[in-house]
Amino acid sequence: MTVNSATTNAPARVAADPASAASKATGAAPTATGSRGTRILGVATLVAGVLTLLYAFWFSKADVELGNTVRILYIHVPTISIAYLCMITNAVCSVIYLWRRTEFPDLLAAATGEIGTVLLGLTLITGALWGRSTWGAYWSWGDPRLTSTLLLFLLYLGYITVRNIEATPRARGTRSAIIGIVSALLIYPVHMSTTWFNSIHQGGTIGAPGESKIHGAQEFAFYLGFITFLLFAAWITMHRFRLAWLADRAAEHDLDAAIAERRVESLELGEVAR
Amino acid sequence: MWRDAWLICRKDLRIEARSRVTLNHVLPFVLTVVMLFAFALDADTTMLRRATGGLFWVTILFAANVIAQRSAAVDRPDGLPDALRLSRLSPAGVYLGKTASLFVQLTVTEIVLALIMVLTYDVRLEGVAVILVTIPLGTLSIAAIGSIYGPLAAGLDGKETVLPLLMLPALAPVLLAATNAFGVAFGTTIGPGWRWVGMLGMLCSIYVVVGTATSAALLEET
Repeated sequence: MTVNSATTNAPARVAADPASAASKATGAAPTATGSRGTRILGVATLVAGVLTLLYAFWFSKADVELGNTVRILYIHVPTISIAYLCMITNAVCSVIYLWRRTEFPDLLAAATGEIGTVLLGLTLITGALWGRSTWGAYWSWGDPRLTSTLLLFLLYLGYITVRNIEATPRARGTRSAIIGIVSALLIYPVHMSTTWFNSIHQGGTIGAPGESKIHGAQEFAFYLGFITFLLFAAWITMHRFRLAWLADRAAEHDLDAAIAERRVESLELGEVAR
Repeated sequence: MWRDAWLICRKDLRIEARSRVTLNHVLPFVLTVVMLFAFALDADTTMLRRATGGLFWVTILFAANVIAQRSAAVDRPDGLPDALRLSRLSPAGVYLGKTASLFVQLTVTEIVLALIMVLTYDVRLEGVAVILVTIPLGTLSIAAIGSIYGPLAAGLDGKETVLPLLMLPALAPVLLAATNAFGVAFGTTIGPGWRWVGMLGMLCSIYVVVGTATSAALLEET
C-alpha cells in the first residue's frame, strides 16, 4: 500500500525552505507500508491459505453429522477466534494509550479494531450460511450467540465511526480508547453465551490438540484455519498500522507546509512594504 | 469526590428545572411513542400486555438518548468544558454527578411512562419486588452509559447520529435483562426473574466502574 504521493511529497518540497526545520527532520519518512517483514508474512499467509483450502475441500472428509457444511466451520471458527484476539488487543492497547498517551498503542488499537470488525463480519456471514443449511434459516433472533455477536459487531462499527471522525490525534485516540474499553466488556459474555443461556448454537468443538471433538484431517484443517487467519490478521495489522502512521505524518506535513507557505508570504509582504 | 458529584448533580438538575426540557420535550415524546406502539400493534391489548416490558425499556432507551444528549449539551457553550477542566473538581465526581442527574431525570420519565402503560396497556403486576429492584438498576445502567457516551459524542461532528450508534448497542444487554425481569414480574414470561435482576446488577456495577475509571480521559474530551 502506498500513500498519496502528492501529500507525502509535500515535506520534500517544504524542506527546500530553510525556515521549515520540522519538515527536514521528517523528510525521509517512508511512503509505503510494505517491508521485508510484511512480504514474508504475506507469502506465509498465502501458503497457509492454500493449505487450508486444500485440507478443507480436498483432504478432509465430510462430517458424519454435519455433512459437507462442516467445511464452512474451517473458516467460521478461526475468524471469530482471531476477531476476539484483535478486540482484546484493541482493549489492552486502549488502556495503555489512556495510561501512557503514546502513539504506538493508539495506532495498534485502531488497526486491530478495524480488522477485528472485518473478521467478525465474516463470522456473521459464514455463520448465517451454515445456519441456513443446518437449521434451515439464515438467522435466529432467539439465539443468544448470534444476537450477541451482532451486538459486538455494531459496537465496533461505532468504534470505527468515531475513529474516522476528524479530530486531533489526542482527541481521536482518547475517544476511541474509551469506546474500545466499553465495547470489549461484551467479548466474554458473547463467548460464554452458549453456556449461560439456552442456545441452538453448537458448543465448543475445538480444544487443545488431542482434546477436540473432531480428529484427523478435520482437526488439522481447523488448526490450519487458525494459523491462516492469525497470519492474515498480523499481516494486515502491520499494513493498517503503518498506513495510519503515514496518514498522521502526512497530516503533520501538510500543516508544516501550510505554516511555511504563510511564513514565506508574510516575509514577501514585509519586503514589499519596505 | 462525592461533594463534587453532588455539586454537579444539583447544577444539572437546577438547569433542568429551569429549562423544563424533560417536562416539555421528553414526556410528550414518551407519550407519542406509547401511542405509536399501540397503533403499530393494532391496538391488540393482549399483544400490548405481553410486550409491555420490552416496549417500556425501548421507550426509555429512546428517551435516554434525548436526555443524555441534552445533559452533555448544557456543558458545551461559553467555554464551559475548559472551565470544568480548570476547576478543581474531581473527574470521577463530575462523572458520578452527571450520572446521578441523568438517573433522576430518567426515573421521573419512567414513573410517568409506567403510569401511562399500566392504565392504557392493561398491565397486571404480579412481582412488584422484582419491578422495584429492576427499575433503579436498569436506570442506573442507562445513566452510567449515557454519561460516558453523551459527553464523548457531544464534541463530534454528527453527534445526533453518533450518540445512538454508540449508546444503543452498549445498552442492549440492559434492555434484554430488564425486559425479561419485567416479563416475569408481569406474568408474561416464565422463569427466574431474580436471575435477570442479578445480571442487571452486574452490568450496572461494571458500567459505573468503567465510567469512573475513564472519567479523567472523558473530562479531557468534554
